[in-house]
Parts: sequence; structure tokens; C-alpha cells
Amino acid sequence: MKAPTLISLGLSAALALSSPLHAAEDPLKVGFVYVSPIGDAGWTYMHDRARKIVDKEFGDRVETTYVESVSEGSDSQRVIRNLSANGHDLIFTTSFGYMNPTLRVARQFPNVRYEHATGYKTAENVGNYQARAYQGRYLAGMAAGAMTETDTIGYVAGFPIPEVLRGINAFTLGVREVNPDASVSVSWINSWHDPAKERESAASLIRQDADVLTMHADSPAVVQAAQDEGVYGIGYNSNMKSYGPDAHLTSVMMHWEPIYQEKIQAVLNDSWEPESIWYGLSEGVVKMAPMHSDIPEAVVERINTHRDALINGDREVFQGPINNQDGEEIVAKGDALKDQQLLEINWYVEGIEGKLPN
Amino acid sequence: MRIEARPTPSPTMRYLSPLLALGLTLITGAAIFSALGKAPLASLHAFFIEPVSTVYGLSELFVKVTPLLLCATGLTLCFRAKVWNIGAEGQFVFGALIAGAVSLQLADHQGFWVLPVVIASGVLAGMAWAGIAALLLTRFRAHEILTTIMLNYIAIQLLLWSVHGPLKSPSGYNFPESELFSPQTLLPTLWGQYRVTIAIFIALLMLAVVWTVLNRTLLGYQTRVMGENRQAARFAGFNGNRLIWVLLLFSGGMAGMAGVSEVNGPVGQLTTNLALGYGYTAIIIVFMGRMHPLGVLLASLLLGLTYLGGENAQMTLGLPKSITGVFQGLLLFFLLACDFLISHRIVLTPMRGHRPSNTSTREVTSS
Repeated sequence: MKAPTLISLGLSAALALSSPLHAAEDPLKVGFVYVSPIGDAGWTYMHDRARKIVDKEFGDRVETTYVESVSEGSDSQRVIRNLSANGHDLIFTTSFGYMNPTLRVARQFPNVRYEHATGYKTAENVGNYQARAYQGRYLAGMAAGAMTETDTIGYVAGFPIPEVLRGINAFTLGVREVNPDASVSVSWINSWHDPAKERESAASLIRQDADVLTMHADSPAVVQAAQDEGVYGIGYNSNMKSYGPDAHLTSVMMHWEPIYQEKIQAVLNDSWEPESIWYGLSEGVVKMAPMHSDIPEAVVERINTHRDALINGDREVFQGPINNQDGEEIVAKGDALKDQQLLEINWYVEGIEGKLPN
Repeated sequence: MRIEARPTPSPTMRYLSPLLALGLTLITGAAIFSALGKAPLASLHAFFIEPVSTVYGLSELFVKVTPLLLCATGLTLCFRAKVWNIGAEGQFVFGALIAGAVSLQLADHQGFWVLPVVIASGVLAGMAWAGIAALLLTRFRAHEILTTIMLNYIAIQLLLWSVHGPLKSPSGYNFPESELFSPQTLLPTLWGQYRVTIAIFIALLMLAVVWTVLNRTLLGYQTRVMGENRQAARFAGFNGNRLIWVLLLFSGGMAGMAGVSEVNGPVGQLTTNLALGYGYTAIIIVFMGRMHPLGVLLASLLLGLTYLGGENAQMTLGLPKSITGVFQGLLLFFLLACDFLISHRIVLTPMRGHRPSNTSTREVTSS
């Protein structure tokens, strides 16, 4: 593309934003940047599923593009910039490592709007969004706590960052809610997508007596391992029942479409603002897959009661009393962790085996 | 049908083989595009031409090529002497880690000396990492292929530990990232808003140095002799251990420089995702470039282009990312196939009942 075309594209993008008449004729171009291959399950799969839903829903008014498997290093900045120069009006960058590249590109394209997933920085034309997945983790933990016979539950996890620690902590709180004797063992794989390592870690957790497994990684390898070894497994991101029909207790599912609908609509209405949004069960961004038939009726009912309480705001996941791993009380009865504390959480709750790396 | 070695493989064909492989890759690629229901010529255009048809695109090609070329330049010399340094990845990571740590330390210092110190620390770190393998090889005869691969994993774990621990940004919500580096510690970009830095000139300069060393110096001569025949090198009185040290330190330093070019260039901070396989891709580049400096330059441009082309094909044609891997795989496959058929030939032998095979061998070789 030559410089004049670039300028004219930029101009037409600016025109499209400023005049509603023009916007009605030209579709709004929305770009998505994915960190892994779309595949059939997992993080990127759910983002792309949401993309397809909004693409269909907005029809002629919106046109979507995606680029998959974009590494979080210097490549991502080029991809985001190319999408911006290609006349995209709104770009969703769906992995934490895209935060600084997104901000750098955003400075060069003030007329393009950017939405970054799971980060914490915003700018005049950059907002961010994430899901309260920990709410679903809590409910999944209740199912795990009820079903374990060895009182040992295995958790395969990517990196020890707050998002993952929130999930592990919430899950453990759920486990101990129904089974105070049970404990959770965590195995770190230092990757978001490494099916071989995920599987290997699952096998080693089973050798350490775990009879329910879950994970914070992108592939369904852990659920598959649970199926093969005859233990229970809990999926994440998408419904992973098909990967372990007998093993699958439930899945914590991430449905990004409410966020994408809202943000695209805001740009169409010219009411878009750079904000940080954090949606969960109440907004339908976090959902639970149907429960396994092995789970007793009473437990399912209890899980549903807790779910409704979380949705209504009658209770919170991180409400006191909560002890840390050493048994010290961190949250007193009647208190709850604030969003800011949840964003930077870096400690284990009571009931988790092993030491937190660093 | 039999396969036998050609008595005298054509040296011209050996150099033409990469071009032949590229041609075959393009033809197969076109066939794949049309099988996917895309116009083959327009698709090839979108893959190989469009990404570099703007000044920005070209500058991005150089951004991608810089670390690849730096790693490959060092490996060229090593591989010529059949010293198999598979550890450019680890030397890259360790160089990046130390340069990053020094950049963070010097965040509040101004002055012309800051950047040279940062660069030197990365280069020295890469050399030190390769030096471990050199020590293990010369002192304990531990094979460099094994030690350098294992050192790759150790370097990556060190990076993860540092970014999760001592070098983690205090204002970063516990995310495993360092602070952004201060501007004076970053490599200057060449012009405007383009991201290509002066490191590309360092890479080209070092490539010229390697060329001169190989062709015009005693060190280069020793390197080539050692590659041809290690025993002969020893009989000729070359100090093999000294040569191994020099070659490994040089390639380690280059890989360390590649690490600097990445973290103190487009990335601008330490993160957990610095090991993107540049050190491994550089190995492919060196072989594709026939261990010749000019070939290495062309091969790194070509491989760099396949990455950019893959991104562009996704954006403009809606093709999956795997198309990048398909093209890289095809290229390697055809290159190996061409190489093999240049040094070997397939002989069609007519079926002749149950005659012992060695008889027919004699017939063919005598004809």
C-alpha cells in the first residue's frame, strides 16, 4: 500500500467516524488479534466464537477480520499496526502480552479504538476488558470438593499471575466450602498452550493421588488425561465435555460476545469511551457447562444457590473469613476483597498444597 | 530402482539448489492456494510481495530479520568448523536478560556511555553462556550439541525466574514483566516511526567480517580445515581447543547481540515471551544459505518474509496461520530433496529374475 492510499484510508476512516450517514454505508471494520490457533476449544476458540456471533448479529454494519497465533513479542505490534492502517475502526487484542504493543500503536492512530483483554492500562483510545472467571472457578471448586474421594484435587496452571492465582484461590474456596478436608495441588507449566506438558502434569498429579483435575491452560489435554486415567476433569474456557464424556464434571466457560456486542454498538453509536470493564456471571460472560450426572442432586442445588447469590450480589467469592496458606486471617468475617486487591493478588488461600513460585 | 551417490556432485547445482527449492515451493504453494479456492497468483502476491511493497513493510522485514541474521552470522562460522552450536536460542535469551537487567539498573543515568554498556553486557552475556559449552567441550569432551541444547532450557528458566521475581515491575500488578526501559537505553531507530534499529547495520557489518575472516585469514583457513577433517587439522598443528573457544565465544556474542537487538529494540522491556525460536530458525537459515555469508543473508530475508507473508495472508485472504508453517516446511522439504538428488541419483534397474543384487551393482557402476 502506498502512502497516498494510506492517507486516503485514514481519511475515510475518520469520515466514517465523524458522519453517521457515511457510517451507515460503510461497514465498521473490527479486527481481532489472537495469541494461539483458533482450534476446537479453549481461550482463542471462545474469542473467535464471539467474533462470529457479533459478525452475524450486526450483519452489513460490521465486517470482522482476525489474525491468529500472533506471538506476544515484537510481532504483535506489527500486526496491530497493519490492522490499524488497513482501515479497521475497532481492534480487540485478546492476550495480556499485547498491552504495551497496543498502547504504542494506539498513539499513532488516534482515530482507531482499541480494546485490550486482561490488562490494566488504558489510554484515550484504549480500553480494557476481562472476565470474572474466578466466579465460575468457585462453583467448579464446589463440584470438585463434593466428588473427590482422596481429598486431593489437581490443578494444572500456566503462569503465576494474578488472573491465574485468583482462579486457583476461588476454586479452592469452593472446594473447602463443601469439603473442608480437601486440598488442591498446583502444577505450573510456564506456558498457555502446551498440550504435551499439560498432559504430563495431569498424569503426575494423578500419581500424587488427585482424583479430580482442572487447569488454567488453553488446550483440553487435562480433561482428556482425566478421561484416560478414569478420574474426573473440569474444563475451562469452552465446554470440554466432548474431550472426556465420562470424566467431565463441568466447564467454566467464557462467553465474550456480550462485551463485543456492547463495544461495537458503542462505536456505532459514537458513544465509545475508554474504560475498564470486568464482567462475570451477572452479565453472562462467565457461564457453567451442564453438571455431570454423577454429581448428587443436593450438591447441584447447592451450587445453583451459590451461583444465584453471586449473580444477585448476596455473596462474593472472596468474602471473609479467608485465611492464607499459613493459616493467618487475611480477610475478616464481614469483609471481602476489593477489585483492586483481586487485580494484584499474589498469595495462596488455605488449602493449597505447595509453595507459590516467588 | 536403487539410489547411489554421484561420483562428482555438481558444485554449481549445490548453490542453485536453494533457488530450485524456492521455485518448487512457489509452484506447490500456488497449487495449495487454488485448492483452497483462492486465485493462486493473487495469493502468492499477497504472501510474498504485498508485505514488502511499502516502506513500512520493508522496515518491518528488517525488524524481523535483524535477530535472525545476527544469530545466523555467528552460527555460520561455527558450523563451517563443524562445531554444532545448537544453543543460539539460550545465548540470545541470556544476552537479552543481562542487557535488560543492566538497562533497568541504568534507567536513571543519562550519558553517551549508557547504550554501549548495555550492548556490551548483552554481548558478553551471550559469550559467557556459550563459554560454558566451550569449557565442557574442551575440558570434559561433553558434546556441544547436548550441552548447548540443555543450556537453552536453563537460560529460559532463568529469564522466567527473573521476570517473575527480582526484575518484575513493582507497578505492574504482579504480572511477569519488567518496567519499560528508559529511552536512553534503547537502540536508536533509523528513521521516523519505523522500528528498525541500528542493530541491522551491526548484523550486516558482522556478516562482512565473517566473510573476510573465512576467506582472508588464517583463522578462517583453520576453521575450514577443521570442518573438512578434524584429524588433518590436528596433524597440521592447529590448536583445536583454542579454535573451539574462539568460534563458540564469537557465535555466543552474536546471539547475545541478537537478544539486545530484540529487547532494547522493538520489545523495550523484559517479558516471559522473549524465546520465540530465533536461535533455532537461524540454524535452518545457515543451512539454507549453504554456510555462505551471502546465502545466509538471502535465506534470512526469505524466512523473515514468510512470517510477514503469513500475517498478511490472514488479514487479506482470511487464510489460517498454518500457511506460514506450510511454506517454511515446503521450502525445507524441497531444499533437502534437491540436495539429496544433487549428491545422489536414482538408478532404474530392470527386473532380472533372481540374480543376486551385487551383480547388477557391478554392471551399473562399470557402465
